[in-house]
This record gives sequence, C-alpha cells and structure tokens, in this order.
Amino acid sequence: METIANLTGDLLRFSTAGSVDDGKSTLIGRLLYDSKSIFEDQLQAIKNTSARKGLEHVDLSLLTDGLKDEREQGITIDVAYRYFSTPKRKFIIADTPGHVQYTRNMVTGSSTANLTIILIDARKGVIEQTRRHSFIASLLQIPHVIVCINKMDLVDYKQEVFDRIVNEYNDFASKLDIQDFHFIPISALHGDNVVNRSEQMDWYQGGTLLYTLENVQVANDVNHLDTRFPIQTVIRPHSDKYHDFRGYAGRLVSGILRKDDNIVVLPSGMESSIKAIHTPSGETNEAFAPQSITIELNDDVDISRGDMIVRKNNQPNVEQDFDAMICWLGNAPMNNGAKYAIKHTTKEARAVIKEITYKININTLEREENHTGISMNEIARIKLKSTATLNVDAYRKNRSTGSFILIDEGTNSTVAAGMFI
Amino acid sequence: MSKYRLTHLEELEAESIYVIREAFTQFQNPCILFSGGKDSIVVTHLAAKAFYPAKIPFPLVHIDTGHNFIETLEYRDELVDRLGAQLIVGYVQDSINQGKVTEEKGLNASRNRAQIVTLLDAIELNKFDAALGGARRDEEKARAKERFFSHRDEFGQWDPKNQRPELWNIFNGRKQQGEHFRVFPISNWTEMDIWQYILKENIPLPSLYFSHKRDCVKRGDSILAFSEFINLRENEKVESMQIRFRTIGDLTITGAIESDASTLEQIIMEVAAARQTERGNRADDQRSEASMEERKREGYF
Repeated sequence: METIANLTGDLLRFSTAGSVDDGKSTLIGRLLYDSKSIFEDQLQAIKNTSARKGLEHVDLSLLTDGLKDEREQGITIDVAYRYFSTPKRKFIIADTPGHVQYTRNMVTGSSTANLTIILIDARKGVIEQTRRHSFIASLLQIPHVIVCINKMDLVDYKQEVFDRIVNEYNDFASKLDIQDFHFIPISALHGDNVVNRSEQMDWYQGGTLLYTLENVQVANDVNHLDTRFPIQTVIRPHSDKYHDFRGYAGRLVSGILRKDDNIVVLPSGMESSIKAIHTPSGETNEAFAPQSITIELNDDVDISRGDMIVRKNNQPNVEQDFDAMICWLGNAPMNNGAKYAIKHTTKEARAVIKEITYKININTLEREENHTGISMNEIARIKLKSTATLNVDAYRKNRSTGSFILIDEGTNSTVAAGMFI
Repeated sequence: MSKYRLTHLEELEAESIYVIREAFTQFQNPCILFSGGKDSIVVTHLAAKAFYPAKIPFPLVHIDTGHNFIETLEYRDELVDRLGAQLIVGYVQDSINQGKVTEEKGLNASRNRAQIVTLLDAIELNKFDAALGGARRDEEKARAKERFFSHRDEFGQWDPKNQRPELWNIFNGRKQQGEHFRVFPISNWTEMDIWQYILKENIPLPSLYFSHKRDCVKRGDSILAFSEFINLRENEKVESMQIRFRTIGDLTITGAIESDASTLEQIIMEVAAARQTERGNRADDQRSEASMEERKREGYF
C-alpha cells in the first residue's frame, strides 16, 4: 500500500510493451505484488481464477487483465493504466499489448512516457520485436530505456547469456537515438531483481528494476530552456472585483516565465510584458513547465486560443509547410493528397498530405520509397501543408510543440500521431 | 534536486486543470457530474482553480436517487453556495414516475442502475455535450482503460474496443450531432492521491467520511447504514456502530467500515494500511465480476 510519507516524491510515467508470452503481464504483476500494491480482494480474485484454470501457482499476469472480452479471449486490448507508488515516487504504467496493433498501441502508450521497459527473453535474445520496440522508443524520444533480460531462470542465471545479449543489443542500438540505457537480468516469474535482489545472480552488481525506476533522474526530462506557452482559453470574470481582469490560461509546456519578462505573441508578433502569474497555489514570480497557469499582461493585446506566448530571442518556427514522421493509426489507409484536420498544441487547422517521402520497414529499419499509401501501424516520413500557420519545434527538441495528431473529418477518429522533423 | 520540479500531486493537479480547460474550450455545453463523493468534490475544487478568478463556467449536475444521505445533500447545497455555481438536479423518482425505469424489488433493491436513465435524460434535456466526472483509472479494472476524453454514442454507450487513441496531451473532442463525451480529469489519481490532496488543500468533506456513530445493518461482509430504504431480512438486526464511509453513493449500496478515524491524517493512515480496495464494499460492483464494465457500456459513469 502507499505510504503517507509520499508527499514530496515526483512522478514517473513509464510504458511496457510486449507480446503475449514474453512475460510482460507477469512482470507488472510481480512489480505490483512485491511492492505491496495489491489489495487482498484483488489477490483473492486472481487466486480464485488461477485455481479455476487449474494452475498450481498464482498467475500474477491476471492482475493486469482488464475488460470482459480480454478475460474471455485471453488477449489485451489497447492501453491500460496501472498505478503504484513507493515512498520515493509515484508510478504510472501505460501497459500496452503486443499482437497485431502493437505499433499503434505502443506509440499511444509511450507518447507521455519518461521511460520504457523493453523485455527480452533470455533464451531468444534480440529479436524482431525488440528492434521494433526500440525503434519506437527512439522515434518517440523516450528519455530512458530499461532493457530487462527476462526468464534468466531458464538459462541457469548465466552471466554469459546476459553479457552476450547486452552486446548484441548495444550493436543494434548504436543506430538509434536513445540517450540513457540500463540493462537488468531478471526473472519475473520468480521475482529475481524485480523488487528484491536475486540470490541467483551474484555477478550482477547493478540495481533491481524497482531501484532503477525509483532513481532515474526525470527532472531534467522537462525542457526548461525554450519557453512555450500555448493559450487554452482567456479568463474574463466580469465581476465587480475583477472587472478588468483578463487572464491567459494554459499549460506552460516548456521553459520558464517570470514576472516582468518581455514576451511575444505568435502568430501576431505583438509584444508585451508579464504583469502577473497565477498558479493553482496562488500568485508567483516565476512559473515553470509543466505547470498550468494563468498570466496577465501589461498591454491590451488580442490573444485567443491557439496563440502561443514565447520569448523574443527564442521562438519556434511559424510555418505552414512541414516534414514529419507519422505513425498511422486509422483503419482506412492514408493516401497521398488526402486532407485531414490537424491538432497541434491548442491550435487546430486543416492539412493536406503533399508527399509520402518514405516508409520505414519497422522490422529491418530500412527505408522504402515509392509509396502512395500508408496503412495502420505503418511509420512513414511525409510532407504536409496546413491551412494556417503552426508554431512548431522539432520533436527532438520539444515533445509538446513537436507533436501533432491528424483527424479524419468524416469519422472524427484520430488517425495519425505525428512528429515534426 | 532541481528547483524546477513538481511533486506528484502538483503534476497531477496541473494535468487535471489542463484537461478541465480543454473540456471547457472544446465543447459547447459541458457540466460536472457531482455525486457528493470525494472524487467529484476534488474535480469541482480543480475546476474552481482552473477558471480562477472567474466562477466555474458550467453547471454541476447531481443525479438524486431519492436514497441519499442527508449529509451529502447538505454538503452539496453549501458547496454550490460557496462557489456561486449553478446546480441542476435530475431525479430518479421522476424517471420512475414517467415509467422510464422500473424500480427494483426485493431485499437488495437499489436505484443504482436506474440512475443511468436519469443521467442520460439529464444530459439530453440540458443538451450537455460533455460531462466531467471524478472516475479514476485505479478504481476498477474496466476504468483502467478509460480515456481522458471518452466518446459516447447517441445512446450514451461506451465502446471499449473502439476508443480513440490518446496521444501526448492532445485531446480529440470532435463528435457527431447527438453524441457526447465523458471527461475524466482525475484519471491518473489514486485513492491515496485524492486523500493527500484533500489534506494539502484543506478541502472540506461531508461528515460521512469521518468516524461517527450510526445505526447499521450487517449484511454478508458489508455494513450498511440503516434507513427506511433497507429491507431487513430474517436474523438481521439494527445495531449502533462506530463507522465511516470510504466511498459515498446511494444509501442502499454504500458499505461502511468500522473505524475510529476522525481526522484526515487518521483517514490517510487507515487508507495506507487498508487491505481491501475502496470499492470492495460497494454492493453494486459485486453483482458480477464484469458488472462495472456492463454498466459503463450502458452509460453509467
């Protein structure tokens, strides 16, 4: 259970992905169970189910089974979120299933993650799925990656096996854009190095999985250099007390804002300075990402939803033509020349696909050119043009102002996840 | 430690306020579904912050089953008064009188399921296109898969297999005529987060959450508050007990726990040491293993 002490700890969001038999559900179940995040009635329910299925042990993977269809069919649909916390930190797990819609689900679950756990079966080593998963982690710029080499119990807990897989993985990962790797030999089934240190692997000197999750530095994952404040709404109380109050409300997605700072409003280019900053805990002289704030300016400027407040000497690109990587999520394929609604920060416009530059074969990571369409779960580089200017940064530099979604205007479905280059 | 660092509660608060503001700007006519429970109280508190110094720019909607704790109603009226908010009440009794639902009979009769009809009617009548609620993903396994912006078809139904993927913090609230959304700003909060936040913010709560003496009936593993709506079975008797409630719903289904916790600090200690999930004594969830999911598909909250 969570403890009362956890009032100063921070928050780590991580994703896990994997196919049915690589032990992902067991790992999450183990993490929840050994960190004492399971309640008695939950444990009793999975004990009953395990017994009904004729299992000798308690199947911890049952803890993460969500919907009726899944329980009946034994498959996981979509992304499910789990929560646990230790005295050091609160954790949000985006648990994404493997099977057919692997890419779509993993992209969704990883889009807000600071960290992802990649599972490798010690008997199999680096396989196609490992490469896919790692590529998506790199594409989505997840700052930290933990590679868990699981099922060590089935290879007699041998160091050679672990070392060989680490080397194999490093060879491949050198081509990817990931900054921070950790490798941990584990057995999710028996609990080795998940929460408790393994007695079978004296040769491993690193931290357990939970220790690593608790100690990864996440404060620096937030961009505090480039100030970007997309306006969500304008607050005008129209009351006697706040008759002239005009507050610009939104989430400071990156950077810092201080009282008296000179600012520019995009796309108009109008300039002003900050009169006051209101946070949920009251007025302050300094706000930082990712706070939700309301600011007042010293001048009466015309600002509405979709505009962005930035600093004069550090501005995003205000453009209509873009190069982007996209992951296609829609049932119907995307075609060259098609039009969609585009949502970027708090701004909406329409966009047309001008070119499919290349597709990425997610298994070999090779580029494939000459395509006219993109199907679900495929990743491609495209050129697109929007009807209005957008205030964008490269996704590599800024995950908030670098990301967008495309919406099918006929069905209203979200059909693509995009990242500006 | 970086100076520019949010605690987990501050980050959750920032996220929830962002979601509430998105709901306000993406929909024409949103509302807050207010049950009088701690979760909807926190959502209302966050909404007040989101639009400060303006008032909450949409109404609170309460579905009154007619089987309420009097303490909940008193608290509701006092809160609405304090915030200067608008309150709309939908009465399950009206739906019953209009013949839209049939009242359950028998020993375990409750109006929990009947309120789905009243809720959907209230949404339709007031033309709400988004209803903000206090559901959390950690509460129950069907809720673990909910989106922040959860699409409902024109019958108010949830289709868990056909949800829109939610990427980064970009929410897609587009819909066809007649459809609506449920918005869950505190999706990522746990029961403990809620209690810690209530303590940090010093948010007043209905007295039901604190230890008090009450006439109760033991039924199975549950302790129910005795009232005119409880039909006593043979061998059941009314006894005075020292109890409090961990969740608050309808009188007929909300189980109490024996407790001496009379301050927020004591409640948090008790929650931290609890061995049962908070909905573990909700009779509505125990009808079958999938009962929450089934009610959600129909339009339950």
